[in-house]
Amino acid sequence: MDFLTSLLTDFGQQILSSVTAAFAIAVIGLNLHFGYTGLVNIGQAGFMLIGGYGLAITVELGGGFFLGVAVGLVAAVLFALILGLPTLKLRGDYLAIVTIAAAEIIRIVGDNQSLSQWTGGAAGIPGRVYQGAFTALSPFPDQQLQIGPYNYPLTSGDSWFLRIVCWVVLAIVVLLVWLLMRSPWGRTVKGIREDEDAMRSLGKNVYLVKLQSLVLGGVIGAAGGMLYVLSSSVQADSLGRTTTFLLYTCLLLGGAATVFGPVLGSVLYFIVIIGLNDVVSQFVPKQIMNEQQIPQFGWIVVGIGLMLLVIFRPQGILGNKKELSFGD
Amino acid sequence: MPSPRRSRRLLAALPGAVLLGALASALLGAAPALAASPSPTPVPTSGTQSVVEATASCAVNDTTACVRGALHDDNGNPVKGVTIQLTPPSGTAVPTRTDANGSYVYTVKKAGAYRLALVPASLPKGIKAAAPSRTVQVSLGQLTPGAFALTGTFSGSKSTAGPTVTPLTMLWDQISNGLLLGLLLALASIGLSLIYGTTGLSNFAHGEQVTLGGILAWTFGTVLQWNFLVACIVTVLVCGLSGYVQDRLIWGPLRRRGLGLTQLMVVTIGLSLALSYVFQYFAGAGVHALTPTIQLTGGPLDLTANAYLAMLISIVVLVAVGLALQRTRIGRATRAVSDNRALAAASGIDVDRIIRLVWTVSMALAGLAGILYGLVYGGVNWATGQAILLLMFAATTLGGLGTAFGALVGSIVIGLVVQVSSLFLSGDLRYATALLILILVLLFRPQGILGRRERVG
Repeated sequence: MDFLTSLLTDFGQQILSSVTAAFAIAVIGLNLHFGYTGLVNIGQAGFMLIGGYGLAITVELGGGFFLGVAVGLVAAVLFALILGLPTLKLRGDYLAIVTIAAAEIIRIVGDNQSLSQWTGGAAGIPGRVYQGAFTALSPFPDQQLQIGPYNYPLTSGDSWFLRIVCWVVLAIVVLLVWLLMRSPWGRTVKGIREDEDAMRSLGKNVYLVKLQSLVLGGVIGAAGGMLYVLSSSVQADSLGRTTTFLLYTCLLLGGAATVFGPVLGSVLYFIVIIGLNDVVSQFVPKQIMNEQQIPQFGWIVVGIGLMLLVIFRPQGILGNKKELSFGD
Repeated sequence: MPSPRRSRRLLAALPGAVLLGALASALLGAAPALAASPSPTPVPTSGTQSVVEATASCAVNDTTACVRGALHDDNGNPVKGVTIQLTPPSGTAVPTRTDANGSYVYTVKKAGAYRLALVPASLPKGIKAAAPSRTVQVSLGQLTPGAFALTGTFSGSKSTAGPTVTPLTMLWDQISNGLLLGLLLALASIGLSLIYGTTGLSNFAHGEQVTLGGILAWTFGTVLQWNFLVACIVTVLVCGLSGYVQDRLIWGPLRRRGLGLTQLMVVTIGLSLALSYVFQYFAGAGVHALTPTIQLTGGPLDLTANAYLAMLISIVVLVAVGLALQRTRIGRATRAVSDNRALAAASGIDVDRIIRLVWTVSMALAGLAGILYGLVYGGVNWATGQAILLLMFAATTLGGLGTAFGALVGSIVIGLVVQVSSLFLSGDLRYATALLILILVLLFRPQGILGRRERVG
């Protein structure tokens, strides 16, 4: 019974956390690319990283919080344009390779010691450098608040304020995507996913719409990246290739090309990982699986889960099989 | 696939060029070894003393001590003709001059505190000594090092044989390193290219197959202490088998189910994730050194010998694969499937069998590349393959996706670019150069160097 209570408490804690919301936002961006438009972007973590660096470096250099947000978003727009302009006219897998390569370039450059005066090198930019600018915006007093079993500071650090902001932004982004997909633009985007040539023959500028989708999804990804780094630090290696793969798992689990799929997928992913962690550390002897091996086991489950999802239930939980993002 | 005639010419030209390059770098690598162990030449000295003597050579024994040093400028070139003085505790200074190797030797018969000085005026123009004189403690039966730190270069100082570090030798070093990396990349990425050519799939789990080769060779050779050659052969066979089983259990059935290429690609991403953490789970996160228990050349292999061996094996295997693709029935069938799958099937080629063979051979090659990579770069860890996955993609894209020879050319270019750019860029930024090239190639020549234009969507 004790175990069950602590498990449920852990679930609640993870669901509330800003990381879950930030992930969900990045997945929504990816959903716009992959789910709705059919663009295979394997560099979403690169967009997150750009958002994080944009915010952190701007605040570090003395710009305000909102200037930092603006810089991060503009940087993401530029990044999307650089990626999209040359590749969106080519076959889909070229975009895939270019996005993963570009995201890796961002990671390598961020990791590099020669730029460490701005990026902090491999150690990254510690959260205290830029968190202050964010917590200064908090309307709450600086004290602890306990709601149920959860006890967090109201303002500073990993706070209630951060959680509220993350979930409000998530709600706004969900609403935005819902409205967009009901609009003519949304129908065009889905049409491109289904049959590019048909849309072209209807007089749509397929290239331009794809580019718009890439930019918008990338900007949403950068916003997710900013919220993600607000509770920790900007560290290039923490937003590498595996993060993108994780985002795909969340997306396909919840259901690509659905409005709530990314949110559900992200929440479920974290619940599965926390549950796995709690159950294994409670019931599996240390000789069979030690503490280091638990997260590794989690990653193995994620990888196999991703394969099984694509093969047996590509529409995920909420998706509609007819509305598959996979073109052919 | 380029047209057969063009390919055959390439086939003839490429290995030759590669061999030449390998030979050149082998010679470069050997040059310092030839120039090593300089023997000091006699230096004329004025007068002899019983306590201190400037000699041609010096052997340390119970009754003698040696003071020996060599002077080099910033280029690493010996500085000759510099006057050195060694002054005994009581007595007059004994001068000598550095020889053509920049070295000087004193034989000393009496222990004590000596004054060792360099006459700054005798230094060539452009060179300064930071501390021209100091006291050295000489004890019998010991060698006292007597080097002076010099800064600057003399006029006419340039890179010659010897352990010199000049931009040119650094460049040549990086070029031979680049050829090595390129050949290893080629070995690993020809499979990637063949799979792409025959099935259209970008296999993101290909890096893990490289890791698998390294990890298995480590398991068999180091952990289980098998004969290293046997361990390598078994590893390559197991890797090939893993390709066969994969196609039998995963890729074949999925092809028949008509899964789209994008879907298949995401499946390979899942496989890559799962495999890399399976490696980490069982083998840990550390680097595992591949220690050959038998030496392939008889004596202990140093890294350089390993590197040349790896290059040789790569070249032999690559040529064999190239010949098989060009000359054998199955090779022709493979190229036919690559060119036009439906047409190949219609002309009686068992496409599924060919693809299964391609998977088997590709995975075996990737495994071999993993072994060689581990031998050359000091070991493998769970992320070895995924670290070079994007370089492999860059190589195959540069050469033209789906063309085997393109993969070879692209790999060599990427290997050279990565290693040469490490002269100007620090750390992992050299990989970023390769990825930048990948993006630029897609921008300006998406079909790659040897690819066909109509391949691009």
